Amino acid sequence: MGTSARNAVVCAIVVALSAPLLRAAEKATTVVIVADSRHLTGLRGWWANLYNDSHLYFAIVTVLMIPLAGIILGTVADRLMALIGIDLKSRTLRES
Amino acid sequence: MNWLYAYMPIAGVHIWWPGLVILGLGVGIIGGFFGQGGAWMVTPGLNVLGFPMAFAIGTDIAHMAGKSLISTMRHAKFGNVDYKLSLIMVFGTVGGLEIGARNVMWLERMGKIDLYVRCGYLVLLTFIVWLIFTDVHKLRLKERAARAVGQPVDPLATGIEWYKTLQRIKIPPVVNFPKAGIRCSVWLPIAVAFVTGWMAGVLGIGGGLIRMPSLIYLVGCPTHVAVGTDLFEIAVSGLYGAATYSYKGRVELMAAFIMLLGAAVGAQIGTVATKYVRGYGIRIFFGIAVIGCDLSVLCKVIAAASPSLKKVLDPAAAVLILGLVTLLSLTIVVKFIRGVREELALKAEQLSAVEAIR
Repeated sequence: MGTSARNAVVCAIVVALSAPLLRAAEKATTVVIVADSRHLTGLRGWWANLYNDSHLYFAIVTVLMIPLAGIILGTVADRLMALIGIDLKSRTLRES
Repeated sequence: MNWLYAYMPIAGVHIWWPGLVILGLGVGIIGGFFGQGGAWMVTPGLNVLGFPMAFAIGTDIAHMAGKSLISTMRHAKFGNVDYKLSLIMVFGTVGGLEIGARNVMWLERMGKIDLYVRCGYLVLLTFIVWLIFTDVHKLRLKERAARAVGQPVDPLATGIEWYKTLQRIKIPPVVNFPKAGIRCSVWLPIAVAFVTGWMAGVLGIGGGLIRMPSLIYLVGCPTHVAVGTDLFEIAVSGLYGAATYSYKGRVELMAAFIMLLGAAVGAQIGTVATKYVRGYGIRIFFGIAVIGCDLSVLCKVIAAASPSLKKVLDPAAAVLILGLVTLLSLTIVVKFIRGVREELALKAEQLSAVEAIR
């Protein structure tokens, strides 16, 4: 067997052996982490199912909920702070 | 005591929820006071509480967007947010972040990226510490010189004044930023945002730690305005980060909400505390926080260089950061309480004086 023929055989063996590995690697890239929603009910169950169904909707709801929660909580905390009785609308700009 | 543990439906872990509230409160106080997202504090905190690292980062970014929005709302009422400056800087930041992220992928192909990034981060943090304390020292010298000749010290005087040189470069268009009290070429904040965004992208950090001092030393914002303006930018970029991380399925919104409960209160305290602290007080506190961050990165660099020390240094870095968060938060709360007491006492005095005149 000539050198080139031997190389061809080696290549064929390597390819044949690595094919399952490549397929596994392909599968690994498509692995999706799933939230275990089997024991969850109500809002948490809905949330976990939304995550499992579509990451896009999950992302949209997250991006809408975060600023909404920030604004609501910020407004409530602002009102509570106003109860102290300090001036919350001005400050003196001073560096030193 | 099962009720103290909440099940996180996405990450699939049971978390001690009071820890989330405390963490949110602490980072809310510090973030509102310094104008930071505080990823360097929250991510190890969430990891310690039991979140896998990927979820810790995603959840932290999502919470950061909400928390920064709360702080921005309060800072805006004080007049500390220059929206025009912030929105212009967003373009530079996003461009810089994208290019930084691409550079990281390129570096990854070359290998050993972690060590290089950490060393770069270490150098940058050390430089920021040097910058802040040199600035403080120079101001003290100026104050001493002014007192020696019996002149009053300008309340807006600063030590390092690199921004004055940069503001003189008038490449059109030249823009006014009234809240920050700056008139400069529009390219100055864009360039600063681009460079800081690029650094944040390469180092894999939020960027507040670099942007806040850059706003002060390179753009020329007064400290309070730098804090408020940076927070608005963090809210915008944090929302972008929340979108990408949640699309990748790495955000635990329930944890972010629980943290926001603490952060809402903390952000108010931290933001209002800036009213009672002078600009240089904020800079010194910021410098101390950066020293803590610097030391924790140093621990990680040493741990990476000698794996036998990893078991000791990794928890030491987490303890250092959480200890620092606790200490700084408590100090800021004390400043807040003292300030409120003094203001209320002054108000009562003025009221009684008015009544006495009547």
